[in-house]
Amino acid sequence: MKHMALTLRVNGQDRQILVSPSKTLLEVLREDLNLTGTKHGCELGECGACTVLVSGKPLLACLVPVAQIDGAEITTIEALGGPSNPDPLQVEWARLGAAQCGYCTPGFVMSAKALLDGNPNPTRDEIKEAISGNLCRCTGYHKIVEAIENVAQQQQVSKVINAVTIASRQTTAVEVRD
Amino acid sequence: MAPKTEYAVIGGTETKVDGLEKVTGRTRYADDLSFPNMLYGRFLRSPHAHARIKNIDVSKAAAMPGVHCILTGKDFPIPFGPLPISEDEHVLAIDKAIYVGEPVVAIAASDEATADAACRAVVVDYEELESYMTLEEALAQKGEAIHPDHRGGNVHKEVPLEIGDVEQGFAEAEYLREDVFYYEGNTHMPIEEHACIGVPEGIDKVTLYSSTQNPHYGHRLLGKVLGLSPSRIRVVATPVGGGFGGKCDTFSHEFSACRMALLTGRPVKFTLTREEVFYTHRGRHPVLMWSKIGFKRNGKITAMYFKSFLDGGACGSLGVASTYYTGALQPCSYKIPHYKFEGVRLFTNKPVCGPKRGHGTPQPRTVMETQLDKTAVDLGIDPATLRLINAVEPYSKTVNHFRITSCGLKECIEKVVEASDFRNKWGKLPHGKGIGFAASVYMSGAGVPQYWNNGPHSEVTVKVGRFGEVQCLTGSTDIGQGSMMVHASIVAEVLGLHTRDIMVLNGDTATTPIDLGSYSSRVTFMSGNAALQAARRMRDQIAGVVAESFGVTADRIEFREYKVFNADNPEQSMDWPDACALTESKLGAQSSSGNYTPPDLAGPYKGGTVGPSPAYTFTALAVQVDVDPETGMIKIEKVWCAHDIGFPINHTLVIGQVEGGIYMGLSEALLEEMVYRKNRLKAPSLLDYKTITVAEMPEIETHLICTNDPEGPFGAKEAGQGPLLPAIPALLNAVYDAVGVRIDEVPCSPDKVLFAMEEKAEGGAGRYGPKAFLEHKMTSKPVRAPRPAEWENGNEGRMS
Repeated sequence: MKHMALTLRVNGQDRQILVSPSKTLLEVLREDLNLTGTKHGCELGECGACTVLVSGKPLLACLVPVAQIDGAEITTIEALGGPSNPDPLQVEWARLGAAQCGYCTPGFVMSAKALLDGNPNPTRDEIKEAISGNLCRCTGYHKIVEAIENVAQQQQVSKVINAVTIASRQTTAVEVRD
Repeated sequence: MAPKTEYAVIGGTETKVDGLEKVTGRTRYADDLSFPNMLYGRFLRSPHAHARIKNIDVSKAAAMPGVHCILTGKDFPIPFGPLPISEDEHVLAIDKAIYVGEPVVAIAASDEATADAACRAVVVDYEELESYMTLEEALAQKGEAIHPDHRGGNVHKEVPLEIGDVEQGFAEAEYLREDVFYYEGNTHMPIEEHACIGVPEGIDKVTLYSSTQNPHYGHRLLGKVLGLSPSRIRVVATPVGGGFGGKCDTFSHEFSACRMALLTGRPVKFTLTREEVFYTHRGRHPVLMWSKIGFKRNGKITAMYFKSFLDGGACGSLGVASTYYTGALQPCSYKIPHYKFEGVRLFTNKPVCGPKRGHGTPQPRTVMETQLDKTAVDLGIDPATLRLINAVEPYSKTVNHFRITSCGLKECIEKVVEASDFRNKWGKLPHGKGIGFAASVYMSGAGVPQYWNNGPHSEVTVKVGRFGEVQCLTGSTDIGQGSMMVHASIVAEVLGLHTRDIMVLNGDTATTPIDLGSYSSRVTFMSGNAALQAARRMRDQIAGVVAESFGVTADRIEFREYKVFNADNPEQSMDWPDACALTESKLGAQSSSGNYTPPDLAGPYKGGTVGPSPAYTFTALAVQVDVDPETGMIKIEKVWCAHDIGFPINHTLVIGQVEGGIYMGLSEALLEEMVYRKNRLKAPSLLDYKTITVAEMPEIETHLICTNDPEGPFGAKEAGQGPLLPAIPALLNAVYDAVGVRIDEVPCSPDKVLFAMEEKAEGGAGRYGPKAFLEHKMTSKPVRAPRPAEWENGNEGRMS
């Protein structure tokens, strides 16, 4: 099959690739771009291990023909923060032992990231629904739900603190003007 | 809550050493590795369950551009198996194929698509044979046996054992019952598909990077099957993306990758598809069981006679051990004065069964615990009390001669009763709601290795460098259970360091000392003990040198918070790196080693080596369910669990193992099954192989019982397998409490519940399950063993 030139914006960088259009996004990420943080567990859209964000939405990279998303903005686990600057989700995930073998973890974390980006204060049921397409065989899921819940709560708390801080600054400014 | 301790690291909740790399996607699993000039291997697999291979024509495939290597069965003439007594497997089928999915031809090509196309171009001429897809068909054996050279035909293994006199025990009984039960097979389903890469080193050596639980056993078998000196082979276990027993055996893709790498001089990678993982299997055996048990009216067990028929699939794998395990642990949770066991494993034309979490013990545990529940109802004793009446005690001998040391079974039972309010709920919840109880026992490591040898089961090396850097070298593999953190914690505790100061290097047969592998819940206990000894020896070496410089005796030297100091005068101290540099300047390069060999605990009878362990864990568990009487659907509302851990090396890791084990148990109790349509696996995909997901997982309340095992490292025992066991029978018992029917079959699916409820409504027994056991006359000589002295003297096993 003929190869095709495509441009993907992956983790904030434009990446030009020459690939067979039948390749999946998962294959391109792992094989052409060497971004092996995204995993495969079935290649049929059944396990969620390959979840990445495409224009902010969680998608199963194993089901996406790469030719369909020419020009799309893709975010993988590698962009979510490394060991020296981890995302709060990653910190909490590790702290609670929500990653045992860790193989399903990148997919789960990306699903959770998409959830919190769109819904910063989800209920427990909303969390469960958001990750119901991801399979984990080690943990029994509890620590995963707890990690997402904890991060959502932390972010709510810091939002309130920020709001209070801004409000008190404004109050102070008003007082000075008086 | 983590227990309060005097330790700095042990018993804590610190994040595991490899935690952050896993959550950031940095961990490099086998398929994440690539090497320059790499080839890709694929298999052509058998489409037939049992068929003679009359001819294999690879000429078209060989002529395809990009194809570099083609192997068939004749390239691997040496049969193998993980147990030397059952070497009945071939890398690629020779003469005949014996299950759908068996590898027949291996092809390495410049890319996977070419390798796949080449496999499709191979023409295999098969002649189909009578296939055996069920226990009944295998036993009747109407055509050629699956292994024609095997003495027993399709009967792979027989285990006939009697300890004491069951007939006498049954004669003493005031209540007797017999039950037949069928436990369907299921599979590990690790999310990581098996993968490996064979990499040629120099001209005649090969390194295998593989997702394996047992690199040491792999090293041994690769040497044997490839006909190579072990000095030419290095096996590196990559981080395992889920094992559960499924990556214990050495597989066709591992042998093939190494052979192809040596033949082509290029690295060769195999990554299995999900469908292939189902065929590779080695999962839970389907087992048909019959159990007769006698009780006194006061609830005391008088005798048990247990029979099992294991559907082994096409090869031996670890099935001989699995067969023994279906009879080994019944007397280890409850005192059984007389015990008889007959186990039979049959070959069938299905993917090979082997060890899955709980190895051979969840099936009989489920029978025994449901039988106790039925007895409790009939005798009018509540199920928790019935278990307390019979519970084994600390420091006792089981009737089959296994030594029990620390034992928190009664505490576990009492804790779960209290936490779940069991006695106020059992039999008293409204129709449709129910609570079920069960308890169990498991081993902290098998007492004997898989091949006979006198060496240690675990060896650990600790090295300390000039700047105070510490390396802990262990042959054990991290399969997600946290073995790297266990080693780092033990070494850090002894040397007064933080776990991040310890670099754990593991699972490499060339650079790390031998460990038998991550199976049988052995790593924390055995490799942990070796790490403890190695760390203590290192501490002693350093303490000797520092003591001399302080002018005190070595026993006054303590290690804490990155310092080495005089306990009597803490001002007199040295920073850890300075102490290391000083020791090196006096004594040279610093390394120490530790070993662990379990005590010889085998029972004095044939088969007495399967089941002994240096320590046992105990678990009690209650499940509360809501059963919809209209649909038979079971909703699990809550689980309470108490696990006798000995002592947790890391509290977070232990809770993770407990919750993960319970999840896996509940999932197989409700849904999981390897079922076949004619000769084909019905559901070799994650969509069709049903497991419970986050949506169905109930709340779990876990309590750890700390019995401080006298021989475990810091008192620790296992956590990886034990808590799975009681989840299955507790669920079945809860279904009975909810709707009054007995499902004597796993999985317990809604159709079975409805069937039993309808039967009950029509005046029947309200039971779903097999009607009869299989008739089979044992050809093996019965093994009769005397009871231990601790039983003959009327002490019910208690060691004085």
